Amino acid sequence: MPANDFNGMTDYGIGIGLRVPHYNHILTEKPTVDWFEIISENFMVDGGRPLRILEQILEQYRVVQHGVSMYFGSAEPLNREHLKKLKRLVKRTNTPWLSDHLCWGSVDGRYTHDLLPMPYTFAAAKVTARKIREARDFLEVPIAVENVSSYAEFHVSEMTEWEFLAEVVEQADCGILLDVNNIYVSSQNHNFNPYDYLNFIPAERVAQFHIAGHSKYERFILDTHDHAVIDPVWKLYAHAIARTGKTATLLEWDARIPSFDEVHNEALKANRYLEAIEEKTAAA
Amino acid sequence: MQPLTADGDMRPRWRDGRSMKKVATGFIKPNDRLNSFERLEIYNRQYWYRIKDCFYEDYPGLRAILGEDRFERLALAYLEQYPSESFTLRNLGRRLVGFLEANPRLIKPLQKPAVDMARLEWAHIEAFDNEARPRLQVDSLLGADPDKVQLGLQPHLTLLQLGYELDNFLVKLRHGQALRSEASNAMTQRRVGQRRPIKKHLRPKSISLAVHRHDDTVYYKRLQPAQFRLLSAFKSGATLTEACEMLAESGDLDAEQIKKWFETWASLGWFCEPE
Repeated sequence: MPANDFNGMTDYGIGIGLRVPHYNHILTEKPTVDWFEIISENFMVDGGRPLRILEQILEQYRVVQHGVSMYFGSAEPLNREHLKKLKRLVKRTNTPWLSDHLCWGSVDGRYTHDLLPMPYTFAAAKVTARKIREARDFLEVPIAVENVSSYAEFHVSEMTEWEFLAEVVEQADCGILLDVNNIYVSSQNHNFNPYDYLNFIPAERVAQFHIAGHSKYERFILDTHDHAVIDPVWKLYAHAIARTGKTATLLEWDARIPSFDEVHNEALKANRYLEAIEEKTAAA
Repeated sequence: MQPLTADGDMRPRWRDGRSMKKVATGFIKPNDRLNSFERLEIYNRQYWYRIKDCFYEDYPGLRAILGEDRFERLALAYLEQYPSESFTLRNLGRRLVGFLEANPRLIKPLQKPAVDMARLEWAHIEAFDNEARPRLQVDSLLGADPDKVQLGLQPHLTLLQLGYELDNFLVKLRHGQALRSEASNAMTQRRVGQRRPIKKHLRPKSISLAVHRHDDTVYYKRLQPAQFRLLSAFKSGATLTEACEMLAESGDLDAEQIKKWFETWASLGWFCEPE
């Protein structure tokens, strides 16, 4: 896997999200998994079972932190107390890079616990990039921002989502956690060509991929993470890694979670695309 | 975020009376399948599904006491007044007890068991992941001046006096339920639950409890009244002498018995350095 500044010069392979229903299986069966992604907020606690489980996981596995509440796109400044808690966890996990979303979700100290889409303006990009840099400097770990799935677009936007993502990561000099399922979901909801997105983003900044399933409704698609990955998303993934090279890839499955083996096997399907890239590289 | 209508739709008017269609049209683009209002409505719905889902998971006991419909009304009223002010949904119920005490009409005629259950369920949340500080070694107290010795109690330990045997009620109810965890970027489905309150198991009886964590499991330990008074005295910063004098005044001072209590509490790791 290509190591770069944005994933801490690591070469992680295929991982899965660490989820509560799988704890017992993982700790007793100790399956071979390249790495686990944890939701940082689930472990930003002062004690108890979450931290005990994490310690046991860390004894056996490599862990990467993924956050859901940094809200780089919110207008208010970063929360110092939040950052301090996050840094304590970073030191505990030794995560080689840390990701959170390119979104907003809090205002005046009130939290939506959602990943809300941003207006794609130059002013928003500037504020967001500054906050990412501040967080990286404080946490002392590379940061990758993830594109979110969305259901709304704003009149005030001055550019496309992929132009905005590129603008932010260039200004922040940070990495990208590219969620190809989110690109697919948004492309369906907003009528754009997902390959335009993939072809535009700065491939050298991609630190990690997310893949996941979603739910299709009559008039829109919801990003539910409760299904296997569909073929069009795998095709996007194949196209993306053809640009980036082999890159750390993680399957998210967050609702109606099946057995550990089913989730892991779904994630390992990424191997067929990664191996194809490897063969092409070798042939070249 | 405005609550949804009874049908689960976004309200047609904003708080100031403006048409939500106009408001949404002003800043959200429509597409060929959804107008601006409908696109905003997706987020409005997801907010309430997510936040209520968490509230439901954290308060199964209160939900059982009040029944589905009344709990739903309570959840809406509470979450509208006290939206989340924390990065974690774990803290969503932080103000619930105070809210219930200030709004008895929402839980009438079950105010007492409902407030007690909210206190117990918040204590459970605190016990689950609050800090466990280094245990105080009782040997370290040997030779110390009892007029100066203060005993801290673990941050995960809450002392409660309840008017009902809600500990047994909640243990039965929670049995088999999964732990909550937050997910990344995933939307929430609507939940369906029981509709009728469970009143028949609520028998009034005064009990004292220590809600605490031991080996990563939350326990509800019954306390005798004298035990509760003693631990409460320590919690409020009383010295060993002051706490024992308080017990002596109430005629509860039995040195042998108190020694056994201390041995038990120390073995459970309840004592730590006071803050």
